[in-house]
Amino acid sequence: MTPLDYDYLRGFLKARSGLVLSNDKQYLIESRLMPIVRKQGMAGISELVQKLKVPGNEALASKVTEAMTTNESFFFRDKTPFDHFKEVMLPALLKARAARRHIRIWCAAASTGQEPYSLAMILKEMGPQLAGWRFEIIGTDLSGDVLDRAKAGSYTQFEVQRGLPIQMLLKYFTQNGDQWVISPEIRSMVHYRTLNLLNDFSALGQFDIVYCRNVLIYFDQPTKIDVLNRTARLTAADGYLLLGAAETVVGLTDAFKPVGDRRGLYVPAEKAAQPAPKLVALAGGRVA
Amino acid sequence: MKTCLVVDDSSVIRKVARRILEGMGFQIEEAEDGKKALEFCYGTMPEAILLDWNMPVMDGYEFLRELRKLPGGQAPKVVFCTTENDVAHIARAMHAGANEYIMKPFDKDIVEAKFAEVGLI
Repeated sequence: MTPLDYDYLRGFLKARSGLVLSNDKQYLIESRLMPIVRKQGMAGISELVQKLKVPGNEALASKVTEAMTTNESFFFRDKTPFDHFKEVMLPALLKARAARRHIRIWCAAASTGQEPYSLAMILKEMGPQLAGWRFEIIGTDLSGDVLDRAKAGSYTQFEVQRGLPIQMLLKYFTQNGDQWVISPEIRSMVHYRTLNLLNDFSALGQFDIVYCRNVLIYFDQPTKIDVLNRTARLTAADGYLLLGAAETVVGLTDAFKPVGDRRGLYVPAEKAAQPAPKLVALAGGRVA
Repeated sequence: MKTCLVVDDSSVIRKVARRILEGMGFQIEEAEDGKKALEFCYGTMPEAILLDWNMPVMDGYEFLRELRKLPGGQAPKVVFCTTENDVAHIARAMHAGANEYIMKPFDKDIVEAKFAEVGLI
């Protein structure tokens, strides 16, 4: 790969997916794109770049973009974002939405589905107290391929052992050869669609909870700011935003404020400005 | 320092498990079958037990049932770690009082996730 090829690919990936590569990530490009080069019978990365430059080669462009995105995910990843869901967000929203009984959740980088399915399992575990409530969980991702895997809900033995309690495996999965398949009742709680966060996503409507974890880290500063500000516009005033452990809004936008000692949890700024110190009481107060 | 009793008839598995668990801050004791593990527990109850299923003399399932009958035998957190990876085995183990279940092959991430799940770390 020549330096010019590398520069072209960096520019291409930045424009397509927002992925920012520093000037020493040639190995990453090689390891992720060589399988495509081989599969297509090309001579090397340089030929791939030449093909990408031909206008209209959308199929190849998507393949390259998707191959470069990181799709690692596991059930209940990092644990605390799911504790926040059970302990902070749900109690508050169950009060605040008591009349409407409808809560919308967006997993903005759903990858292979572990995050939205983890939320769905938590809701299922709560059982009768959610009777009559409607939960909409929307999972989006840049990559159609990973969303196909999410929709299939089929995971390897390794994947179901990182973070998923064994009792939940027994309860919500069936074994199919060396794969574990999530139950139809959990699968039907999540809807997926392909979405590039660089594009306008306002058509998704308003959400009470947005999980946008481990995706901003790949973006440059202006892109982070833009995505956060557009996310703020579709987050309910008393809603929540979850970011990954290595991410923050601090120094990027005033649209969200961190929630006390709840790591990774943010609320729209106007809400944070209100006087009540406790979130549960605060959301309850809004209804009354 | 918490003690973890590693019960497996394979010395290789015991060595791998020891390395992972020592890295997580556990003091390790080893037993090569259920009977030797039980004898250890008569003396001292460990905080954690990583337990293989298929072993000579006394298998892991039988060990677990005996352990849970002992005075203080409810205390240790027992994590099965076995090649038995079907629903029937897992359900049987949980019913007999296992706290978590690892299907071999395993790695450090899985052991950490499972030990965290039962509150050992």
